[in-house]
Amino acid sequence: MSSTSGGQVSIRDLSKSFSISGRSLAVLRTLNLDIRSGECLVIVGASGSGKTTLLRILAGLEAADSGGVAIDGKPVHGVGAERAVIFQEPRLLPWLTVLGNVAFGLEVRGVPKAEAEERARFYIALVGLAEFSDAFPRQLSGGMAQRVGIARALTVQPEILLLDEPLGALDAMTKIGMQEELARIWSEENVTMVMVTHDLEEAIYLADRVLILPKEKGGAARLIDIDLPRPRERSESRFVRYREELLREFGLR
Amino acid sequence: MTLQHIEQAASLGTPDSTTSLGTDFLRLGGRAGIRFLSRYGVLIAFLAIWQVSSSAGWVNAAVLPPIDMIVAALWKGLAGGTLLGDIAISLQRAGLAFAAAVLVAIPLGLFMGQVRAVETALDPILQVFRQTSALALYPVFILLLGLGEASKVFVIFWATLFPLLLNTIGGVKQVDPKLLEMARVYGARQLTVFRRVVLPGAVPSIFVGLRLSATTALLLLIASEMIGANKGIGFQVMNAQYNFQIPLMFAAIVILAGLGLIANQALVSLQRRLCRWSNAVD
Repeated sequence: MSSTSGGQVSIRDLSKSFSISGRSLAVLRTLNLDIRSGECLVIVGASGSGKTTLLRILAGLEAADSGGVAIDGKPVHGVGAERAVIFQEPRLLPWLTVLGNVAFGLEVRGVPKAEAEERARFYIALVGLAEFSDAFPRQLSGGMAQRVGIARALTVQPEILLLDEPLGALDAMTKIGMQEELARIWSEENVTMVMVTHDLEEAIYLADRVLILPKEKGGAARLIDIDLPRPRERSESRFVRYREELLREFGLR
Repeated sequence: MTLQHIEQAASLGTPDSTTSLGTDFLRLGGRAGIRFLSRYGVLIAFLAIWQVSSSAGWVNAAVLPPIDMIVAALWKGLAGGTLLGDIAISLQRAGLAFAAAVLVAIPLGLFMGQVRAVETALDPILQVFRQTSALALYPVFILLLGLGEASKVFVIFWATLFPLLLNTIGGVKQVDPKLLEMARVYGARQLTVFRRVVLPGAVPSIFVGLRLSATTALLLLIASEMIGANKGIGFQVMNAQYNFQIPLMFAAIVILAGLGLIANQALVSLQRRLCRWSNAVD
């Protein structure tokens, strides 16, 4: 539906450290990266590698210590209308129906209720929940609730969709279905997608490029191009080879 | 619930039995009857035992008069109008105090829950006030405000304020910060976040406070009317006892219980309407 050509992200000399019980712990060290408009970039890394921190800085929820992020040439300070975030938890408002939740993002931006709901209905249908528009979150399964979260993010028609382990809490079967759905949405919506995951197969299934964040000090971030036709086939030999390559990166093979 | 399950299992167990319309009706009627009994059976048994033991002379009927005498006294008081004036004045006292508590506690609680510094500064004194029995303070209020309406309404107000205030603060503070962050990501401004996330999120907890406060209001109402009042339900309870009009005393107590039940039920149905999204009422 949205056909924007923006959504280009450049990350320059980005550093961030946290102080944990008086000790400063660097999680991101002078990271440089360009994310192309319309690309799907998946960030993987061991826990503590700063992948979620990077995503939160891109979202504008946290500030970098030094360096910075620019979107389409404009420096990022705080949250912005061209970005939407999908969290690991659906984060639905329990007192709103599915329709109310999906329209929420537009409504807080001042879009009139009727218009917001009309657009919300389109995206509710897109994630296959048209029959559940009037349901309350407590009536939904985990997968359905996350679809609602995805629809809410799409409804504001962002140029950049930031996903923080969006499928991490789902069971294996639901997860595979949702990965296919994300791949479909990404190809239909023409949106730049930046996603954090700890699931390597998920990364290969969705990514144009995989960014591997180093855990140890002095390690360098690495980018791997996933040069596979879409829709991707998990059992295909090249898919499996990419999986082995990523496992080697983590010292697991 | 369990009884229903057993019945269903029994009817499932005999699929070949041809059930006529008549037995269906019987079964439906029986089921409703069982549901009624499982809910009100103990209450009915309690009243029946009271009635029988009082009229049979097992207990002193002068102290515990039979139910029918209490009902007769209640009817006489209501139809004759003698108790109506008491109900009116009591409702006015409790209602004024409760309304004032709502007007003060909810806005103040919403504010205190939002602003950490205010809450930190006020919490110790609130804890001290809350732990000080309002009844112990009643003599103080009488000294300050006199033995009239003002001290009565104020002591009820004082006691109802704290449950509501503390539950409102708690409700605001327990709103999931992840939801607040979500709203922020969509660009919601402070006031929008408050109106669309904090306030609805605090409503269930505010209702817990409202129900506690309503109960407290009636409790303090009676206590305050037992000292220096010449009208009101609490006064009637004491007065009837002094004059040994025991059925009338119980009639006043029944009215009190009734008011409590009605207030609670009104709040529960209001909560059901406002919180359709959560089935966690009670």
